[in-house]
Amino acid sequence: MRQRDIRLLVLIAIVTVLAAWVSWPNNPGIRLRLGGLTIDRDIETHLGLDLRGGMRVLLEADLPAQHEIDPESMRAARNIVESRVNALGVTEPVVQSVGTRRILVELPGIEDPEAAVATLKETGLMEWVDTGGEFLPPGTVIQTDYLIDLTDTDAVTPTEPIYHTVLTGAHLRTARVEFDQSGLPVIAFELNAEGADIFSQHTANNVGQFLSIVLDKVIISSPRISTAIPDGRGQITGQFSVDEARSIVLQLRYGALPIPLQVIDTQAIGPTLGEESIDRSVRAGIVGLAAILIFMLIYYRVPGLLADIALIIYALITLAILKLVPVTLTLPGIAGFLLSVGVAVDANILIFERMREELRQGNSLQRSIETGFQRAWTSIFDSNVSTWIICAILWVFGNTFGASMVKGFAITLALGVFVSMFTAVVVTRTFLRAAFALGGEKLDEKRWLLAV
Amino acid sequence: MFNLMGKRRLYFLISAVLLGVGAIAMIYSTLAFGAPLRMGIDFTSGSMIELRFQDEVDVGTMRAIITEAGFSDVTVQRVGGGNQVVIRTRPMEIETKEALRADLETEFGPSIELRFESVGPAIGRETTRAAITAIIAAGIAILFFITFAFRRVPNAFRYGVCAMIKMFHDVLFLLGFASIMGIVAGWEMDALYLTAMITVLGFSVEDVIVVFDRIRENIRRRRGEEYETIVNRSLLETLHRSLATQTNAMFVMLAIILIGGATIRQFMIVMMVGMVVDSYSSLFFAVPLLAAWENGDFGRLFRRPVKSAASA
Repeated sequence: MRQRDIRLLVLIAIVTVLAAWVSWPNNPGIRLRLGGLTIDRDIETHLGLDLRGGMRVLLEADLPAQHEIDPESMRAARNIVESRVNALGVTEPVVQSVGTRRILVELPGIEDPEAAVATLKETGLMEWVDTGGEFLPPGTVIQTDYLIDLTDTDAVTPTEPIYHTVLTGAHLRTARVEFDQSGLPVIAFELNAEGADIFSQHTANNVGQFLSIVLDKVIISSPRISTAIPDGRGQITGQFSVDEARSIVLQLRYGALPIPLQVIDTQAIGPTLGEESIDRSVRAGIVGLAAILIFMLIYYRVPGLLADIALIIYALITLAILKLVPVTLTLPGIAGFLLSVGVAVDANILIFERMREELRQGNSLQRSIETGFQRAWTSIFDSNVSTWIICAILWVFGNTFGASMVKGFAITLALGVFVSMFTAVVVTRTFLRAAFALGGEKLDEKRWLLAV
Repeated sequence: MFNLMGKRRLYFLISAVLLGVGAIAMIYSTLAFGAPLRMGIDFTSGSMIELRFQDEVDVGTMRAIITEAGFSDVTVQRVGGGNQVVIRTRPMEIETKEALRADLETEFGPSIELRFESVGPAIGRETTRAAITAIIAAGIAILFFITFAFRRVPNAFRYGVCAMIKMFHDVLFLLGFASIMGIVAGWEMDALYLTAMITVLGFSVEDVIVVFDRIRENIRRRRGEEYETIVNRSLLETLHRSLATQTNAMFVMLAIILIGGATIRQFMIVMMVGMVVDSYSSLFFAVPLLAAWENGDFGRLFRRPVKSAASA
């Protein structure tokens, strides 16, 4: 055995051990402390929504298509949606801007998708509205002049009064639920400096008038201004339960959406289906892989055995990379990975068939091994390149929202093919050379071991 | 040596029958449903709810309830056992879906929601556009790739054209297959279906390249041998590899189809059928086509060969 092959064998062994450690299901993660440098990272398989259950919704600005959307407002809307999502307490949620008018939200393992969507879509626009001397009972729907330019101007009928918005939720510093003397929930709020200024001026000039508190254009309470309030602190009393008060506070805290949003696409996978899918794909994967291992062993004997070991190393390395990157594993992604196993053995099959031919033509074993690899290389390389090109095209296609499950397939297949170039060629060749060095004569005598 | 090439006419006949059946299915589908293929909600927009009930449900009653709720364009399909259904209708909000599910539960008892998807018209249009772009890009990429792969062969052009014709052969077959399954089993062409087709095309070029590669190598090694003999030899030499590879790919795909999740079963079936046809057409369509061209008897494809060539 040449020096280079021994070095390669050692390298393969190290890579395999590392990959096996990373792929191990209960991996403790990387926790390192080297002087000032600390690495504290969990290594976990990231499962897609189709495997763990959950929901994906695509929200779009609910404004006429010709309406220019200010990127700043869209960014603000995204941040607000994100904080609302975080308040839902879901693990690993995704909130992402898509294009100029869309926000993608992924909620893995969500139990009540209906309520979640309702929370996300709520505009949460809190207004303090000057209704003059008029008392409007809670529940009344009104029109205000806040952001009036956003809505269709011609839709406003003159018969309905438009009230003036004094302040909005944007002027709020904090809000929390408190209880008054009779034990009823009230919402205590504090305004920021600018808000406090406006508030103190308005209350000073309008004593005796009503200042209604309006949430999403619905009156929740209509207190009368009894005295000027200079410090920007106040209370909202109304006929709401503790839960309602809490949800209003949440909306106030996490802010109002500057842009109304609508759901244009929903995908919800129940936890049952996710669980079934994952069990079944794992079983399918094991059965498929086992069948390939057995086939290769029977059909190609010793080289087949070596290819099998290379294939297991291949699977370990690929799984390790999927976990480390991390690539979110989806059902099509698993299919892509399993198909790439097929591609990986294909390379070995090309090589071994070549070897057999060379042996049958009376060439020496060593020469046959080398020629087999050399001759098969062009075919392997060409076909892998074509798979990559296809994967690249599919990946781009998968970036379209409606075809997102295609992406996982393209990624795992491309990655698998890449790793297989290393394992099926370098690893198998090194193993074969090692086997030849250790028992070349025996192999040459017992040709059935080579399936010739 | 076993003469594979002699039965050329039979192979062309098989291909013609395969494609013909698909074409008839597409015509029938166009007449009956207004489109050659049944397109899924990924492209057409709409919603899909998959529910599992405790007991067997009556599809007719269910359809009536859903229609009454205002969804007149509904299709209800039983999957798995009789207690699991897929409901397809126009796009709806999640609140509407909950209301509808409640209606169904009053009739059929509690259910487990396995899946809910709703695709708005804008998204459907975007996916369709992206799909068309992907198909065109794949076609162009494969064309370039073929030109590149055969750069060193005499008459590279012919190899390229044959590989292209073979690609069209496979695409037509898969479209026909999609159409048949749409009519027979209600399969819908969705984004994954398209992915399976494009992937198969990628692999399909590989197969043809392996055989053509061998032909170009044998041309160099066996000067003086008749072209058809060389082709025949190359076919036999690569047959082992094709079968072995095919068997392995089959193991994986069969395992997923039989054991794996129902969500990707259709995807895998298309992939598997595609691969089988692709291997077949590489060996028994593309290669004989090339041989016929090189032999100069292109115009006599379907006539009995004048001389029984390649019996060496």
